[in-house]
Parts: sequence; structure tokens; C-alpha cells
Amino acid sequence: MFPSAFFFLDRRLSLTSSQPHTRARGVQLLSEVLHECYGNLTEREVEVLIAFYENRLKDHYIITPPVLQGLRALTKCTVLPPGSAVSMLRSLFQDVHVQSLMLTERSCVYNMLINLMETREAELKGLGADFVFGFVQSMDGERDPRNLLLAFQIAKNIIHRGYDLGKFTEELFEVTSCYFPIDFTPPANDPHGITKEELIEALRAVLSGTPKFAEFLLPLIIEKLDSDVQSAKLDSLQTLTACLSQYEHKDVAEFLEGLWTSLRREVFQTSSERIESAGLAALTTLTSCLSRSVLNSDSEDSLSTFLDLVLKDCKHHLCEPDLKLVWPSAKLLQAACSASNRASHIITAAVMPSLIDQYSSRTQESVFSAFRESLCSMVFSALSETNSSLQITATSMLTSLAQQTGLLLDSDIELAVDHLTRLLLTEEDDRVSLAVVECAGALAALHPAAFITKLIPRLKTEIVASEQYSHHAVRQRCLSALAAVSTQPSIVRESTPVLLEVLSSAHTGNLVGFSVEEVVLACRSLQRIAEQVQDTEETGQCFHEVIIPRLLSLALQAALQGLSGFLSGCFHVVRLAGQTASRAVSLFLDGDVSFLPDNSFPSHIQLLKQGDSWSQSQMVCLLMGCVCSLPRSVEVPQIDQLLSQLEEMSCTCSHPLSYTSAAKCFAGLVNKRSQGDSLDSLIQRTTKRVCSELDSTSSPVRTQAFTLMIWVAKALLLRYHPLSTALTDKLFSLLGDADLGAMAADGFSLLMSDSADVLNRGCHADVRIMYRQRFFSENSAKLVQGFNAAPQEKKPNYLKALSNIVNKLPKQETVLLLSLLLEALLCPDQGVQLSTLSCLEPVLINPPPALIQQLEALVSRLLALICSSVRIASLRCIHALSRFPEHEILPFRARVLRALARPLDDKKRLVRSEAVQARGEWFLLGSPGGR
Amino acid sequence: LVSSGGLKMSGGTRLENANPVIFQRSGERLLTASEEDEDVHDPIDDREIFDILSINDPEHPLSLEELNVVEQVRVKVNDAESTVGVEFTPTIPHCSMATLIGLSIKVKLLRSLPDRFKIDVHITPGTHASEEAVNKQLADKERVAAALENSSLLEVVNQCLSTRNI
Repeated sequence: MFPSAFFFLDRRLSLTSSQPHTRARGVQLLSEVLHECYGNLTEREVEVLIAFYENRLKDHYIITPPVLQGLRALTKCTVLPPGSAVSMLRSLFQDVHVQSLMLTERSCVYNMLINLMETREAELKGLGADFVFGFVQSMDGERDPRNLLLAFQIAKNIIHRGYDLGKFTEELFEVTSCYFPIDFTPPANDPHGITKEELIEALRAVLSGTPKFAEFLLPLIIEKLDSDVQSAKLDSLQTLTACLSQYEHKDVAEFLEGLWTSLRREVFQTSSERIESAGLAALTTLTSCLSRSVLNSDSEDSLSTFLDLVLKDCKHHLCEPDLKLVWPSAKLLQAACSASNRASHIITAAVMPSLIDQYSSRTQESVFSAFRESLCSMVFSALSETNSSLQITATSMLTSLAQQTGLLLDSDIELAVDHLTRLLLTEEDDRVSLAVVECAGALAALHPAAFITKLIPRLKTEIVASEQYSHHAVRQRCLSALAAVSTQPSIVRESTPVLLEVLSSAHTGNLVGFSVEEVVLACRSLQRIAEQVQDTEETGQCFHEVIIPRLLSLALQAALQGLSGFLSGCFHVVRLAGQTASRAVSLFLDGDVSFLPDNSFPSHIQLLKQGDSWSQSQMVCLLMGCVCSLPRSVEVPQIDQLLSQLEEMSCTCSHPLSYTSAAKCFAGLVNKRSQGDSLDSLIQRTTKRVCSELDSTSSPVRTQAFTLMIWVAKALLLRYHPLSTALTDKLFSLLGDADLGAMAADGFSLLMSDSADVLNRGCHADVRIMYRQRFFSENSAKLVQGFNAAPQEKKPNYLKALSNIVNKLPKQETVLLLSLLLEALLCPDQGVQLSTLSCLEPVLINPPPALIQQLEALVSRLLALICSSVRIASLRCIHALSRFPEHEILPFRARVLRALARPLDDKKRLVRSEAVQARGEWFLLGSPGGR
Repeated sequence: LVSSGGLKMSGGTRLENANPVIFQRSGERLLTASEEDEDVHDPIDDREIFDILSINDPEHPLSLEELNVVEQVRVKVNDAESTVGVEFTPTIPHCSMATLIGLSIKVKLLRSLPDRFKIDVHITPGTHASEEAVNKQLADKERVAAALENSSLLEVVNQCLSTRNI
């Protein structure tokens, strides 16, 4: 008490000074003191101070800030006399325009309000709606986020503590909702740490605080949901969810339609998962808000009104054939459904029947069922016509009908099979038979039974039982039909015996007029079956236990009897015979014939020994089929013995198919042998033997040695084996050989291309990626060197080798060899010219700069070839040249056009057509409107 | 640009026949064994000339064949006598582009056939209002040559003969 009294006396001078600044300083000092000691003041003192401050508010504006600070200090006093809070606020609202104050003073005002609301709630409520009005005026236009947090807190207090809003509900809503949705990014070095989320939460607490805002807030939310800003949408949906949990059905009743439209849109055309789930949450809350309502006797049930809307928009999507909005509709329905027991009753009752309907109608028979009869009679009558294209169309229609699940009856299928059988046996037109076979294949996969009982017995009779009347072409069609229909194990069981019977009858000569061709076709059919049939244990066993031994046995019989032509057919089937490998090996090595059916063979046949007959030695190709297609993990029994016998055979046998097959079989095995000393020494031994044969020009088996060398080289090259170099180097050196030079050049093609029957990935061979590129990059220099050093008459071999390599390479690699390619164009060998041109053509489409520099040479050399036997390829290159940059090729235009006049009159149409195209393009070059 | 059906008048924007009737293309010529036999002489035949004339229209992605301007039956060639006759049919009788089409056909044949051929291009009788005048222009060597000196005319012709933007 004492210090403050002194203080007053002392300060009276400055507080009464005529200078506003001086007065302001005085008030400020007073306020600061009060700030420190408001707890010690008596009620009387507070009353005096309040009266003084209220008075000061009317003073010069410069004094207002310290006055407010003083008042704020006083609002914290516990001894505030009754009525003072009201009078303080009245003067404040009356004399101060809050929004023209500075940031801190505004904050001061908000804090005063907060303080008073904490301690003098009853008094403030006594102010009635004036308090709300005063507050609304104070915060109207506030922009600072710190102050907004305070203002939102006050507004929240007003709403939650039940202050009388009077007629200022809308004003309070307006003054707060104008910030919605909050768009605030804190400055980078923000010291106040206010986040967007804080503001959003604070504002949401205000807006969703009272149902009185419903009529203003809901339209606002609907409007903001239209926004393109994702965060605005999200905020709106979350605010909606928050307020709906406070609202009753009558608050939302008039906005249901608008809300539903917006929510539906957010889910149907959703752009983000968060928005979609916020939308669904809002829908759930809305539905449960409506479910909560207590109905009056005269009001309609807004829940069912609303759910009617939802169902109207969602239900039909569940049945749409395009299924586009099924999932979002289902989500919406689930969201509404999960809100309350009543809602789930309504929705389930409406949706379930149509879902169940849907399920049963979609799994039902096809839409054509009503027309089945007429469609079938149409197809069958078309099949009976003589017009072949009508028949072909009918078969493809039959295939389509059969693929409609549950459409055709068994009797239809049987009739169809009868028609197909008839056509197979009688129709001469190849296109029709092809279509019939294809159709039979498609139908058999779906309806095997009818084919087993009808088609196969009929075909069997036709092939086997009939006398010589059976025409060759008919048998051929029957065989291919048998293969085509054998896609199901049950059919295979019936069809393969027929084919085997054909093979064995062909053998024993039981059938009249069976040609080698038909035997091959029967084997091909078996092969096709093996490839296409579903891989089940049953079929696998059937092949391994019955078919393959049978085939081997037939082949062996044929070999022993000196019959030929059987082998090539068997080969492909035998390849599929992994399991049989070990038995095959013992057959070949030991002459073990015990597993073969019809065992009447001599007991010790030696198939791998250079015997008297090539018909036996060529059986080695079946051995290759058996052992070379095994996976690498499968151990081949007696491999060392096998390898040495194969090597022996391939180096000594004189029958080309036999020694080539032996070499291939050897190579196939070497490619898969595991790395190690035993492999290395095997290779070294073979290399030595091969090289010594090749080095002696008088050796009678040079070709054999060469064949073995090239296959072994390929086997090693594919697996990046380092010892391959010795063999490929030998191959390079042979390019200059008088006898083997041309073969060596062709050998490069074998090295570079995939081989069909062995050493490919299908046979599980060890094939590394990019082995061609690797070979090329390691050897191109050798090749160029060899070419430059070679005498003129040997050069073609080098070029041929080069073009063989380059042909198989991607074209980037080719670019390195441009000059050599240009050189190769001068080579008189047509083969070289042709392969060079075909290498060159793709390069010309995107010409490298190096090529453009040599344009003169290129054009002259190409033009020199346009009347030769490689003229088509040359013309294509010239055509490609026309796409070069115009300024580079324009100088050649006249010359090219002149030169191209001659092939326009070539005797071959294909040549003329190339010339016409090339010349047309060259004419357009440099001409207006051309290019 | 060229076809009488569907073509813009040069410089104008009015379409003369915006929706031309389209005819199916005859398929690719099938390759016969004799064509691949180097020793057999294949004479130049009607179909070959017709294929040469599958001129494209840069604005409509249709060839003259599809617009039925040129039909194979109206192409006559005699390889032995070195003569070619082509009748073309403007799709509407007042087509202002008739001369241009004729010119394009003629230029294409000049560029694609050996020198020995005498080339006659004219309108199918009775299908165009100023048939006679157009035919006369097309038959006049000097007028054709002069037309091709005109770079804007040559430009249009070249555009028709260009296969690039198809």
C-alpha cells in the first residue's frame, strides 16, 4: 500500500502533463508496476485504478497501449470489485477500436477477455449479447495467427460456456468462419511455433461447437468441398465430421441433398485416399447423426429420406455391366451401413437382393442361350454347304459357341463332332481342313468325351483298318487332327495308341501304301501332343513308359533292317524324354535292349562302334535327343565312357549324319559338364586330336575333325570357357586353308546362331548372355588383321566370316566395322555382297557420322550393284540412303536418279518395285513439297 | 491434297467433299513362285501400274484407290508396245482438283516407268464437267513441263507423292 501511494504522488506530475507522450510514459510506468504487484492491491485501490484507466481510455490514442496493459494486469486481480468487469469491458468496447491497435495491444485485449471469462463468467453473461457483439467487433479483421489462436479460444469459450449469442449468432459465425478453411504456412524461421494444425483445430472447435451455426456452416462446407485445393477439401470433410457429431437431424435436414452430392463426388471421383476416407467418415457420421434423431409424430424420418438418396445413386452401379463404380459405391454403402443398426437394416434390405441376383445372373449361362437352337442349326447347315469360305466361317463360329460356357448341349457337341469328322474325311480343300482341324482342337479341349467316343475311333478305322482305298491326303489330315485334339490327358490316352499303331504297322508292312512321309507325320503328331498336352504325371508316365521305349524300339528295328526315314521323326519326340536317358545310355553303350518292347533284338548290338552300316550308326542322333536335353542337374550315367566313344565316332565315322550327330552330342554334354580338371583335360585331349587331324592335309577325316572342332568350340564359347580360344583361333587360321576355308567361313554362322536341336536354352544348355558380343569384341581385331594379311583370293573367306558374325550382332557393333563392310561391297562373292548389304541396311536408318564421311564410296559401290544379282538388297540400301540429312546426299541426287532409271525396266517385278520406291523418294529430295 | 473427294480448295477453307465414299483397298499383291525365279521375265502388268499409283493424300489418310479415283480396270498397259493408259474418275463432276490429280498421276508414272513408255492419263469419259479441257492439258507435254516448273504446283504434286507422313 505504501509504495504505491508514494508512487502516485510522485508521478502525479507526469500523469497530468500537457504532453501526451509524457502522460503516456507515466501511465506505462504505472502499468508496469501493476503488472508486478497486482496481487497486493485492495479492492478499493483496484476500483480507483480502474476508474483512472477507464478515464485514460478516452485520452490521446498514444496513451491507449499502456492503459490496456494496466487493465490487463488488473483483470488478473482476485479482488476485482463487482461490476468492475462489466464497466471495464463497456469502456473498452466503446472507446477502443481494437483492430487499429498494434499486434501486442490486440493480444492484450484478447488476454483481458480470457482472464475475465475465467474469473467473472457470471458478470460477463450479465452483459448479454453485448459481450458477444463487443468481441465480434474486436476480432473483426484480425490477421495475426498468434492473436487468432486467442480469439478462437474466446469464441470457443463463448459457445461452449453458454454465453447468450442473442441476435449476433450469424455475426459470430461470420467473423470466425471467414478463416475457413485455414490456409497458413508458418514462416521458415518462425519463433512462435504456431502450426497450421493448431489453427485448424482451434477454428474447428469454434465452428463445430454449436448447432446454431448449422444453417451457416453446412452451406459453407458444401461450397468449400467444390474447391480444387486438396487440403481445403480435407479440412472441410473433417470439420463436417466434427460438427455432425454435435448436430441433430433437424439441423442437417435441409442440406442433406447438397451434402450427399458432395460426399458422393468425393468418393466417386476421388483424387486421394485421405480425402476418400475422410468423405466416408463424414458419411458415417452424417448417417449416425440422422439415426440418433427422435422422431416427432408429424416429421418424416430423415434417415430413410437420406438413405433413399444414397441407395438411388449407388445401388444401380452394383448392377452396371462395366463395373466401373462398383467399388466406390460399395464403399459408400458400407460407410452408411456401419453408422447404425437402423441404417444397416435399411441398406442391407435394399442391396442384398440385387447383389444375390447379380451373383446368380452373372454366373448364369450365356446371353445366347435363347438363340442356341437357331445358332446351332445355322452353323450345321453352313458346315454342310459346299462353299469353302462359308464352311471356314462356320468352324470359327462353332469354336466361339463352344467357348460360351454352358451354351451348347451334349447333343449339339456330338452333332458338331459328326460334322467335323465328316469334313475331315471328305473335304479336299486345304483351307477348310485346316480350319476343321483347328476347330476340332478347340472343341476337344472343352468337351473331350465326345471326341473320345466318336472322332478317335472313326479316325482309327480310317487310318489303320481300311484297305488301300484310304487316300494319302485323308490319312495325313487324320493324323494332324489326332494331334490337334490331344490336349487333354483323357484324349491322349486314346489317341497315342493309334499313332503308335500307325508307326508299327508302317514297319511291318501291314499297311498298304504307307509312305515315309506319313511315318514322319505320325512322329510329328506325337511330338505336338507332347508339347501341347497338360503336363500331368499320367501323361508324363505314358510318354516315358510307353511311347518313347516303343519309338526307340521301332527306330532300332528300322536300323537293324536298314530302313531309313524313321529317325528324323523320332528325334523330336525322344528329346522330350528326360527320364529315359539312363536307359538310352545303357542301350547305346552296353547294347542293353531289355527295356524295349517287342524284344526280339540280338543281345549285344553295338550302336556306337563303327559298324558295317550307317543305318545303325545314325541312331546316335536319338542318343543326342535323349541325353542332350537333360537339365544340367541330372547326372548322365557312364559319362566318361560315353564321351570317349562319341569322340571316337565323330572322328572316324564316314557317314555325315552320324559323325555330325556324334559331334553335337559330344558338344552338348561338354557344355553341361561341371567346371574342373577333368573337363579341362578332356577338352585339351580333344583339341589336340582335332588339331593334329586338321594339320595333316592328307588326313581322310579332316572334315570330321573340323565338325567336331566347331561344335566343341560352340559348346565352350557359349559357357565362356577359356579353352574355347584355342579352338576359335584354329578356326580363324583355317580361313586361309585351301580345302576348308569356305567351310570355316560358314562355321562362324554356326558359332553365332542358335542351333535348333542342341546347345540352346530349351535344352538347358549353359548359354551366357552377350556371348556373341564378347566373341566379337575379342576377335574382331584378329579378323581384320587376317583380312589385311590374306592374299587376294582368300579375302572372300574373311569377309564371309565377318558378315556371318556381324549379321547376328546388334548394329552398334557393326559401326566399328564400316570400312570393312565398304570393302566387302567390292568383293565379287555374291554371298558376301548379300550379307554385307543386309548388315548395312539397318545401319543406314540411323547413319553414324563415320558413314556420312564415306558417302561417296558408299553411293558408288551401291550403284555398282543395282544391276547385279543382289540388286534388290542394293536398291533397299539406296532407298534408305534417301533418309540421310538432305544437305549430305543432295549432291548425289542426279546421279542416283539416272542410275535408278535402269532397274525400272528390270525383268523382275520385285526389283522394279524396289526401284520405283527408291527413285520416288530420291525425286522428292530437295524438291518443293518433297522434303 | 489431291483427291477430288475431300479436298480443300487451294487457299480456301471450304471443303468440296468432306465425306468421300471410301472403297476397300485391294489386298497386297501375292507373291508367286515365278516372281521369285530369277530366270523368268515378269512383264509389267496392269496391277503393277495400279500399285505404283497408290498415291497418298496427305490430308485424308486415304489413297486414290480408296477414294475410287483410280481403278485397276481403268489401267491399261502394254509392255511390248511400251504404252500405258490410265483413266481416273474425279469423285464429283465439278471437282476443281481434277487437273491436279491427273498431273500427279502423270508425274508418278514418269518417275516410275522406264523412258520407253508413252504415258496417257485422262479422265474416265463422262465423269467430269470439263473433261475435254483437262485431258488436253494433261496430254500436252509442254504444258505439263511448264506446270512442273511452277514450284507451288510442284509442291502440291510432291506432297501427294510423298509417302512419308502416312
